[in-house]
Amino acid sequence: MHKLSIAEQRQCLQRGDFSALELTQHYLARLETGGALNAFITTTPELAISQAKRVDAARINPGRAPDTTPLGGIPIAHKDIFCTEGIRTSAGSRMLDNFIAPYNATVVDKLNDAGAITLGKTNMDEFAMGSSNENSYYGAVKNPWDPARVPGGSSGGSAAAVAARLCAASTGTDTGGSIRQPAAFCGITGIKPTYGRVSRWGMIAYASSLDQGGPLARSAEDAALMLSVMAGYDPRDSTSIDTAVPDYRGALNNSIKGLKIGLCSQYMENIDIATERSLFEAVKVFESLGAIISDVELSNTRHAIPAYYVIAPAECSANLSRYDGVRFGYRCEAPADLKDLYKRSRTEAFGKEVKQRILVGSFALSAGYYDAYYRKAQQVRRLIKQGFIAAFQQVDVLLTPTTPGPAFKLGEKTNDPIAMYLQDVYTIASNLAGIPALSFPSNPHGGLPTGLQLMGNYLDEATLLNVAHQFQQQTSWHKLSPAWEAP
Amino acid sequence: MKVSKEVVEQVAELSQLNIPENEINDVIESLNQVLALVEEMQSVDTTDVPVMANPLDATQTLRADKVTEPDQRGRFQEIAPDARDGLYVVPRVVE
Amino acid sequence: MTEQAESGWETVIGLEIHVQLNTRSKIFSGASTQFGAEPNSQACAIDLGMPGVLPVVNAAVFPKAVAFGLGVGAEIGMTSVFDRKNYFYPDLPKGYQITQMDYPIVRGGKVDVLLPSGITKTVRLTRAHLEEDAGKSLHEEFQGATGIDLNRAGTPLLEIVSEPEMSSAVEAVAYARTIHQLVTYLDVSDGDMSQGSFRCDANVSVRRIGTPDLGTRTETKNVNSFRFLERAIDFEVARQIQILEGGGRIIQETRLYDPDKDETRPMRSKETATDYRYFPEPDLLPVVINEKFVADVRATMPELPAARRQRFESQFKLSNDDATFLSSSLPLAKYFEQAGQTAEDFRLAANWVRVELLGMLNKQGLDIGESLISATQLGELLRRIKDGTISGKIGKSIFDALWAGDATSVDEYIESHGLRQVSDSDTLTPIIEKIINDNTQQAEQYRSGKTKLLGFFVGQVMKETGGKANPQQVNDLVKTALDQAPP
Repeated sequence: MHKLSIAEQRQCLQRGDFSALELTQHYLARLETGGALNAFITTTPELAISQAKRVDAARINPGRAPDTTPLGGIPIAHKDIFCTEGIRTSAGSRMLDNFIAPYNATVVDKLNDAGAITLGKTNMDEFAMGSSNENSYYGAVKNPWDPARVPGGSSGGSAAAVAARLCAASTGTDTGGSIRQPAAFCGITGIKPTYGRVSRWGMIAYASSLDQGGPLARSAEDAALMLSVMAGYDPRDSTSIDTAVPDYRGALNNSIKGLKIGLCSQYMENIDIATERSLFEAVKVFESLGAIISDVELSNTRHAIPAYYVIAPAECSANLSRYDGVRFGYRCEAPADLKDLYKRSRTEAFGKEVKQRILVGSFALSAGYYDAYYRKAQQVRRLIKQGFIAAFQQVDVLLTPTTPGPAFKLGEKTNDPIAMYLQDVYTIASNLAGIPALSFPSNPHGGLPTGLQLMGNYLDEATLLNVAHQFQQQTSWHKLSPAWEAP
Repeated sequence: MKVSKEVVEQVAELSQLNIPENEINDVIESLNQVLALVEEMQSVDTTDVPVMANPLDATQTLRADKVTEPDQRGRFQEIAPDARDGLYVVPRVVE
Repeated sequence: MTEQAESGWETVIGLEIHVQLNTRSKIFSGASTQFGAEPNSQACAIDLGMPGVLPVVNAAVFPKAVAFGLGVGAEIGMTSVFDRKNYFYPDLPKGYQITQMDYPIVRGGKVDVLLPSGITKTVRLTRAHLEEDAGKSLHEEFQGATGIDLNRAGTPLLEIVSEPEMSSAVEAVAYARTIHQLVTYLDVSDGDMSQGSFRCDANVSVRRIGTPDLGTRTETKNVNSFRFLERAIDFEVARQIQILEGGGRIIQETRLYDPDKDETRPMRSKETATDYRYFPEPDLLPVVINEKFVADVRATMPELPAARRQRFESQFKLSNDDATFLSSSLPLAKYFEQAGQTAEDFRLAANWVRVELLGMLNKQGLDIGESLISATQLGELLRRIKDGTISGKIGKSIFDALWAGDATSVDEYIESHGLRQVSDSDTLTPIIEKIINDNTQQAEQYRSGKTKLLGFFVGQVMKETGGKANPQQVNDLVKTALDQAPP
């Protein structure tokens, strides 16, 4: 059952080949055996079973309207950054280890309403800060393709869970590549939508102007099904876009004949040979489908990492001030006074990388440095956006590698934060500009997946999913499952 | 630019974080690494470039002035480290 | 001033006034702003700064802020931007306050302040910006601990910042009163100082007369009565002069006024100068208003106190004192105008409103809005006095009857109680003749020059007619009768 795509599972459920409860129990059993990957922080079997029973009741009961929910009975997992009412929502941090969210994120509500089953909450880098999932209070996640390697981050648990078929799809968030980089490392498809396309309500903030939720799934088609549910205007999020959600699935089969795909030399510096080869293989596939390939200049791209590592820490330094040990979350033992309460609670409960980013952010915003750092970065950001706007006047989508190389070994970069930051060299610019970007699996190398990235114009998720789906109709890389899977 | 110990300590104070004496040099070192990384953008000519605080060049939508939130004090304080008589309790604050 | 001139020092005062806007819900959440609720019962997830929550701006704050801006002739910020002001304090749940720094809604402006001396002084405003209020710390509740009530957190504030242009406590208070009158007139705030709806921070410095530079200032925070404001400033000025004359230096600091001890003292909690690290609030977008919005606000604004006062003087010929008093609050001004219009005599109405109505209201501890006599009723009563139907004395008895609820229609009451004034000479002449005949001795004295006795005769006639006689007419008739009578 877990080998089926979401669309296939839906068909089986509707035909009655198996029930939602059977499907859910099947995945719950897999979760048990998949524990070694450490992909989950919390599993929610009771909730999953009760949700599955509700879906079945709606389906079987005569007289009731047939189940027309788009994801009725599909078992999924939520990144532990989305608040889930009555369930611990930790953001991968000791700070929120005891935080039982009193409300649902809008994304969680929407998926619940669509009939999706919640299997649990996936592991992640603490407060979404990291590119390897090694910054989690709950320990590193292992890459199901090679347990000695990282799954990527920060949505590492979500990516590993989908790759290992522990859930049909999962939710993730992407601030600088946190959906796409783990999707690439784990051989799955993930999309970071346009900033504002998916509500941020109930999604624990890292960097508010960059954070965006999106799905991680096995294929572009599954991602389209998930995104159709997750996307949409939310009056509780002021930065949410009030534009109707298009029919992503309906657009999957559009012909891409004549579609203009741009390649960009700035996105090919420092990539390894395998990644480069897979990129040009993909170009051939797209050419065979009638797409027109051309070169595009994005000269400001190299400024994306510097701008990001000012803006994201600046916003995070304020976003994480609410964790003060007063109203929720971790409080240190026996504080001597208020300052001690603040400092010790925060120092004890935040991990090293989180503290580092808070310090960088406070510095970049402080008197005397604001103009040279924060303000400058926000100006550079506009130049990056302008570069994309110009590029999309020439081409419909941009095709680039998602990462410079495949998944690296656990511990390999933990002592070199800068090397870790450079993991996001191709993914960060789209967060700064707010444009949508998707990662899909390409030809693996040495048993490890590689991923390619498609970037598109504002609100043009449909085209990205369409292009990826057309590629996946010609290739089967997305159907590969990791060795871990082999019985 | 490189940050001094003094600056790091001041920033830690603003952030309400302790940096143990035996870690301060590591923290200074890694902050300087990050600053070296971001230094690159100083070369960009941003004369007359407006800042971009948000990817959307959109404007704020407003909420009608209605009371929509019920009293959920009980639920919220269930997860509080220390709440008594409906109040959140902290060590004595001297004004 | 004279005293200061003698001492060789001059005082420079600027005020920051925090005005709570009288909205139903908070500025960034749908929680109630009602005063006096159970602690934390009106602090929703947004007010508590819980993980993943987002602010959405209350539409009602903008017309109020714009009305104030128009009321002080300021430039309206057609694009206003919210910023985060970062600092840790237990009553500030998010660790930052959402406020407006670089692009406030109200820019500049000025108010004409009528000083007790009768001189009008113009005080310029720097700005007025929207922000959220903080919660309250309660120090008396627990042994050695502080309790935090966040009901007030998120209540909308308009912070009104003056230029440092006031030179005495008296001027500062007169300015604060003028602002108070304006915000209540414009329905921006209920202005209730006892509930903290109007709080003043006073920036005070002194310098030797003739010195070009400002002295070091202190900020005395959260003074919530005009009386305390005057005392706090007077104390602070005296303290600073004493230090400087003793060769000391003023420390720039935040101080608190203690009304019990009538002194200011440094606030320990804010000792260290904080770097607030302002930056644009990424969870909110710029608020853009257009000319039509401003025009609509302008169209619904009432006539402002200063203009109204001038009109009362020029149009109704009121004394400066009456005009100032009757324009001091909008309900009072409206009551007076309605009564005057109905009475067709504004000076008569001014007199009755000030003396009879306010006397009664004060005696019973009521507001003008709680008057048991409507403005129209009072106007009808005054019209009957003016047209001679009743005497002023009878008018007062009808006023009492209206207040007691024994009368509703003035005219009906006059008729049913036979209170119509006697003013025909056929009825009055025989009475007058009889009284003159009964008091021949006094009549003799009158005629021999003791004309003061006229009052005696008039009084006797009034007594005889039960007060219903028209006093002016009686006066005339008695005079004629006495003058004509043969010796």
